[in-house]
Amino acid sequence: MIILMVRRFVGLLLTLLAVSTLIFLVMALLPGDPAAIMLGTSASADTLAALRQQLGLDQPLLLRYLQWLGGVLQGDLGQSHTYGVPVAGLIIERLAVTLPLAAMAILLSVLIALPLGVTAAAKRNGLVDLAATLFAQAGIAVPAFWMGLLLILLFSMQLGWTPAGGFPGWRAGSFAAVHALLLPALALALPQASVLTRVTRTAVLDVLDEDFVRAARAKGLSRRAALWRHAVPNAMVPVVTMLGLQFTFLVAGAVLIENVFNLPGLGRLAYQALSQRDIVVMQDVVLFFAALVIVVNFLVDLSYLWLDPRLRSEKAFS
Amino acid sequence: MTSAPLLRVDDLAVSLRLADGRLLPILSDISFAIGRGETLGIVGESGSGKTILSLAVIGLLPESAVVSGQILFDGKPLTGLDDKSLCRIRGSRIGMIFQEPTAALNPAMTIADQVAEGIVLHRGNSWREARRQAIELLDRVRIDQAVRRADDYPHELSGGQRQRVGIAIALALEPELLIADEPTTALDATVQREVLGILTEFVREKDMALMLVSHNLGVVAHMASRMLVLYAGTRMEEGETADVLGDPRNPYTRGLLAALPGRTGRGRRMASIRGTVPSLAHLPPGCRFAGRCPDEIPLCSQDEPGWRAFGAARGVRCLRALTTESV
Amino acid sequence: MSGAGPATRGAAGFRLRRHGPLATGLTLILLLAGVALVSLVWTPFPPSKMQIMHKLKPPFEVGLLGTDQYGRDVLSMLMAGAWNSLSIALFAVALGAGIGVVIGLAAAAWRGVLETVTMRGCDVIFAVPPILSAMMLGAFIGPGRWTAIFAIATFMVPVFTRITVGAARQVWTRDFILAARAAGKGALLISWQHVLPNIVGPIIVQVTIQLGLAILTEAGLSFLGLGLPPPAPSWGRMLAESQTFLRVAPWLAILPGLAVALSVLGFNLIGDGLRDRLDPRQRGHA
Repeated sequence: MIILMVRRFVGLLLTLLAVSTLIFLVMALLPGDPAAIMLGTSASADTLAALRQQLGLDQPLLLRYLQWLGGVLQGDLGQSHTYGVPVAGLIIERLAVTLPLAAMAILLSVLIALPLGVTAAAKRNGLVDLAATLFAQAGIAVPAFWMGLLLILLFSMQLGWTPAGGFPGWRAGSFAAVHALLLPALALALPQASVLTRVTRTAVLDVLDEDFVRAARAKGLSRRAALWRHAVPNAMVPVVTMLGLQFTFLVAGAVLIENVFNLPGLGRLAYQALSQRDIVVMQDVVLFFAALVIVVNFLVDLSYLWLDPRLRSEKAFS
Repeated sequence: MTSAPLLRVDDLAVSLRLADGRLLPILSDISFAIGRGETLGIVGESGSGKTILSLAVIGLLPESAVVSGQILFDGKPLTGLDDKSLCRIRGSRIGMIFQEPTAALNPAMTIADQVAEGIVLHRGNSWREARRQAIELLDRVRIDQAVRRADDYPHELSGGQRQRVGIAIALALEPELLIADEPTTALDATVQREVLGILTEFVREKDMALMLVSHNLGVVAHMASRMLVLYAGTRMEEGETADVLGDPRNPYTRGLLAALPGRTGRGRRMASIRGTVPSLAHLPPGCRFAGRCPDEIPLCSQDEPGWRAFGAARGVRCLRALTTESV
Repeated sequence: MSGAGPATRGAAGFRLRRHGPLATGLTLILLLAGVALVSLVWTPFPPSKMQIMHKLKPPFEVGLLGTDQYGRDVLSMLMAGAWNSLSIALFAVALGAGIGVVIGLAAAAWRGVLETVTMRGCDVIFAVPPILSAMMLGAFIGPGRWTAIFAIATFMVPVFTRITVGAARQVWTRDFILAARAAGKGALLISWQHVLPNIVGPIIVQVTIQLGLAILTEAGLSFLGLGLPPPAPSWGRMLAESQTFLRVAPWLAILPGLAVALSVLGFNLIGDGLRDRLDPRQRGHA
């Protein structure tokens, strides 16, 4: 099993390397002069030249790449042009908003989808199943940022239960911070939950057909015990897989949601970098998000070993 | 049988409701009884409805099943009983072994835990105590080094070992009735004998009733004192095993016996029953074996013959079976 | 898909469950396409016409669906936006599918290193959601129709590559392919003549689903200002602009989002309905 994990880990590193190379190449090869883009058209030729030298734009591509890569590995992500501070610090600062937001969104989506999907599978063609199917179809089609606007309309403006945006900071107390993240997390969670509900329902239905569920019932387990103790644990692999695959879309959603709710997170940083044409920041944020997605998928891969003991040995008895 | 039988099935009929609302009949006119300590062999090919019969007795038919008739266990009806009471009976008083040993075990649970689960559920023991008993059981079904292998997962065992674990699970609480649905079909010949041996041991020791379902006449001949022949969803013949095998009255039974390898002389073509088993959705009018039967007459295709009991605990469904016999 | 309550059991309910979703989806998309095409020749008002005196009017007062902060008619903007969303989605998916299927066929035909590199490449691209790649593109070449199309198409390529490789590999194991190879046909010809026609089913299913996703993504891009620049009407930008007026003019936020959701829903329903008919491998539980 250790060999398996090591092999997967090497794969992870290779993919991370590939992504960073891709992002670097894209940024380096896109048309346009980064210095001119960052400083604007009114900058003088001298300032432009100075910035170009500072960014190392006059050096050969390979050298730039290696320098950049070396910097990344050491934690040096360059300097933000607009804020004048190291980007690495900026990213860590913004993570304090984005990571909790993502975590809450994932938690909420699982809390909604799992019971809904399992019940829908257990009571097939019943009322819950119908509701779950409608939810699954509708939820996938709804843009998260629209959901955000609707939620603001209902919960902030009509009911006044939550703020309409903004983030008080963790120093203002955990409760206030979480409260501010609740609506954005819900807006992110609902489309995710609908996809997850569907996958859960299918996965559980597949497992319910298996003999060992019937064997568990033959032991005397109630329908509910057989469902939750035998069927559901064996249905988790497709569900966790989907969670991993959906993570990319969660990231995309976070970028949009942070803008709707005016949360000072990584997504908003990316957007601000775009408006201010701060290419260094943007490159680093995109890289960070991509790396995050890859790491999450790697963790999902690892989790299979825990979820399905059959995967732990390369050779299983015939 | 002088005392009341442990299991009595009366006029059981099972149909499945299809997605578009139609009813597909699977079993009809099934009646039999099994006494304590007795082994009944139910012989049937695939498509005969034998698995549905097993599921009906233990109460695990799919939601779409429509059941009529009665199943009495120890004098009390199982049909119509609420699920909670059925759960109390399942595992502790009625046990079941499944055909595919690999599919019948939870791949994500150790074998000791799977055996222990029933013990914890029905006897209320602690998990530690239940696991201890489980390891003893695994040892009894001849899993080598049961202590070490207790925490193995099903995929780490061989097919024969998995089936033995299945037996351990089914017999953990010493049920009064064991239903074995093709227990040896998925196993190699040598392993088959071992598994059957273990079953025989338990049956003798605990005076357990055994409902053995198999398409293999040899297995039934070996293990069962009485046998019932199932075809296309209904019973064709019943009686003491020696009687049925020695003097089969139903042409289908005769066909099954003739088709056994070893019955034909050297170099001769093996006998087989011509035609194929009818699909349950399109049963022929009249006797279900009509069209394949070497002894059929035109009357056979008109109305399905009724079940006729004769002799001592024998029965047959065939128009031609009793013409020379006095009831 | 389909869940049926007790009311829809039985023969009639069965037909409803079988055909209902596909019919609903087709209706929605035909509506969308119809509206989009009509908008090219007629809308109740010119979409960009500002009538400040009629600003922020609720539905049924001036225009059928109200007006925005500049007095522009919401219905007209929605109609023109339909055309923009649909055309961008179609372009992006066509581009992504075209490239993705070709790469996938090649990877399935030649296997080996090409396949490994291709699948790894897919993993890498999947790590960057279209929003972020659009932002990268947008920083350099500015917002616009083609930024959106390229960004969305970039993400589509690995989607179609993966599907194609999966389906094509299965076809390659079939006997009639062996026969073709024995007859001396080259991999290229076999891919075109034999493999491609047999994987059309899953690809079509994926095309419909990705069309829905493309509309969703385009809306997101426009929301951030990376799509069509003003004054071209776009659903995403309508949503972005609506936020300031959320309290006084909620219909400005509700209606464009509803348009997006219904369009995506339509495509998803069609995709699901087609999947049951065209892609037996993926047939789910009813």
